[in-house]
Amino acid sequence: MASNEKVDVLIIGSGASGAAVAWSLAETKMRILCLEQGDWIKPTDFPSNGRDWEARRYTDFDISPNRRGRDTDYPINDDNSLMKIANFNGVGGGTVIYTAHWPRMHPSDFRVKSLDGVADDWPVDYWALEKFYEENDRMMGVSGLAGDPGVPPRHPPMPPIGLGKTGARYAQAMNRLGWHWWPSDTTIATTDYEGRGACINLGHCTPGCAQGAKASTDITYWPLALRAGVELRTRCRVREITTDEHGMAAGAIYYDADGVEQFQPAEVVILACNGVGTPRLLLNSASSRFPDGLANSSGLVGKNLMLHPWPIVSGYVEETLDGGRGPINCIWSKQFYETDPSRDFVRGYTLQFGRGTGPATQAMMGAASGLLPWGRNHHRHYRTMLDHRLSIGVACEDLPEEHNRVTLDPELKDSHGIPAPRVDYTISENTRRMMEHGIARAEEILTEAGATQIFASRTALNYPGHLLGTARMGTDPERSVVNEWGRCHDVKNLFIVDGSIWVTSGGVNPTSTIQALALYVADQMKQRLATLFD
Amino acid sequence: MQAAPETGLSEAEIHALGEIAGAMIPADAVLGMPAADDPAILADIARSLGRDLALVREALVAIAAKSRRPFAALDEEARDALVNEYYAQGGAAAVALGRVVLSAYYRDDRVLQALGHEPRPPFPKGYRLDQGDWTLLDPVRQRPSFWRDDRVTPTGSR
Repeated sequence: MASNEKVDVLIIGSGASGAAVAWSLAETKMRILCLEQGDWIKPTDFPSNGRDWEARRYTDFDISPNRRGRDTDYPINDDNSLMKIANFNGVGGGTVIYTAHWPRMHPSDFRVKSLDGVADDWPVDYWALEKFYEENDRMMGVSGLAGDPGVPPRHPPMPPIGLGKTGARYAQAMNRLGWHWWPSDTTIATTDYEGRGACINLGHCTPGCAQGAKASTDITYWPLALRAGVELRTRCRVREITTDEHGMAAGAIYYDADGVEQFQPAEVVILACNGVGTPRLLLNSASSRFPDGLANSSGLVGKNLMLHPWPIVSGYVEETLDGGRGPINCIWSKQFYETDPSRDFVRGYTLQFGRGTGPATQAMMGAASGLLPWGRNHHRHYRTMLDHRLSIGVACEDLPEEHNRVTLDPELKDSHGIPAPRVDYTISENTRRMMEHGIARAEEILTEAGATQIFASRTALNYPGHLLGTARMGTDPERSVVNEWGRCHDVKNLFIVDGSIWVTSGGVNPTSTIQALALYVADQMKQRLATLFD
Repeated sequence: MQAAPETGLSEAEIHALGEIAGAMIPADAVLGMPAADDPAILADIARSLGRDLALVREALVAIAAKSRRPFAALDEEARDALVNEYYAQGGAAAVALGRVVLSAYYRDDRVLQALGHEPRPPFPKGYRLDQGDWTLLDPVRQRPSFWRDDRVTPTGSR
């Protein structure tokens, strides 16, 4: 096996959290290396450059690695899960194909046990993360509007995306109902920002942004981290973390771009592979000293997976709206976010209001819902749908349950022969009641907005790729995998900074909090450099 | 059977695919819409099967079995009923068939122009999005904050 010169810090994964921690630690002047199994994605690679832009959402830019099937992807057995797994393997990770919604967790999300008597409190609170949220907002470039009464104060550096015709239609309905709404925070630049061009409304942003207006870490954190001396190696797939005779992480074994097995020694190893990749790697790093997987004395590695069930309720109005001519991000509502004792469930959800879609996607959605017929009636019915669509996503908080888990599949392997992850996941009764409450409210809103053909898609089509909770934080080594600043209880030079360390999930898109946590962990590491392993 | 170039399907399978696609999306002269078996659109469908080839082939076989006689011999009403019934019950193969037909159909220049859309990729020209009426936010601005501040309320909701 080829060996490499030892580095001070080895980061595995270059996505949301790996990029942020690399940039933050760069100021220490330590030698930092990041291994990424995917490629750099060029702006010319993105689907919106071509006439096949919609079709490519279902091929090489599909959110499911199983469908996408790039050679840089690994398969995931999610057969035993209603919610399927979405991710992206490349520089920037999931930020390349996320929708760029940018809500923060609420203060109450970190105190669910104390406030609502469920799950566990986090060992950190909102206020400890607040300055890192702010720093991350500046780094990623956030568009939004201060003054939202539904969330704590924040200071988006750019103005919000326009309401458009679709947003105005929602807003009028929400005002008549007397319910809260506000323009969504997003990392889509609405002005030129730190070298990025302003959004020119290329449509749904999920399959990447050819304009570079959508913040992904390959164009935000990484250029700065690389200039500061961090090294990033692509097409390097890590197989396992090795340990030394003292039980400390020694480095990682990986396959390079030519498929050659390499060993990379390191003083510190940081995992940033998110809620499926990180437990997969820890479980694949089992040894005689750590027979149940690395850092798994609690038995909780892979457990408590949270995926955010996300029903989408749609309808159609007579007015011609924005259609797919703009980001899907529009407005949000926090009306039903906080726990209300009068409801039959605890915790709550964000309502996210979307714009329409492109012509082919609209037809696929219409057909899938059973509302758009094939045959002689196809064209006339389709004309009531294209550019007339309203849709509301119900972003439900998913509480941790140990039976929702990531394990190693006994048979499935990736192209390097590394055991692939298997996901077992069910939706809890509390979450199901929350989903039905949210669907009913969304139907009320759409009806108030004048929509007909209302259709609720509960889970089958909607998997947001929020992969959380499988190596949770905590102060008790028997009930958590990492401590309150991201260090594994069992291996004192092994850190985790991605979504797997979440204790609960909130009812929001997670990327802003994942990155704020990564910056927080990096800050804690910098403050403790002299005593990092004590 | 001889395979048609660059599609993976045989000539006979492409013929069957055309008959089914044409029934799924027939022409509408009044609206100016071609059918999905239009030669240019059908060629695009066949060329774009890619990873869906096996599923589409499975769909062709299933539809042929359901029709019991040559699909083209069915009258229009029967073809409509069959494709709608098959799509509703056909699982992954039906979804794949719908996806490849719709993806190719709704990027055809004539189709997009008839729908009032420009036949071009989104980049680099982009689109215009109105700001909308921001005064709609005025009543929301009047609301007091209602997120739970854990520093103020140790238990319960505000």
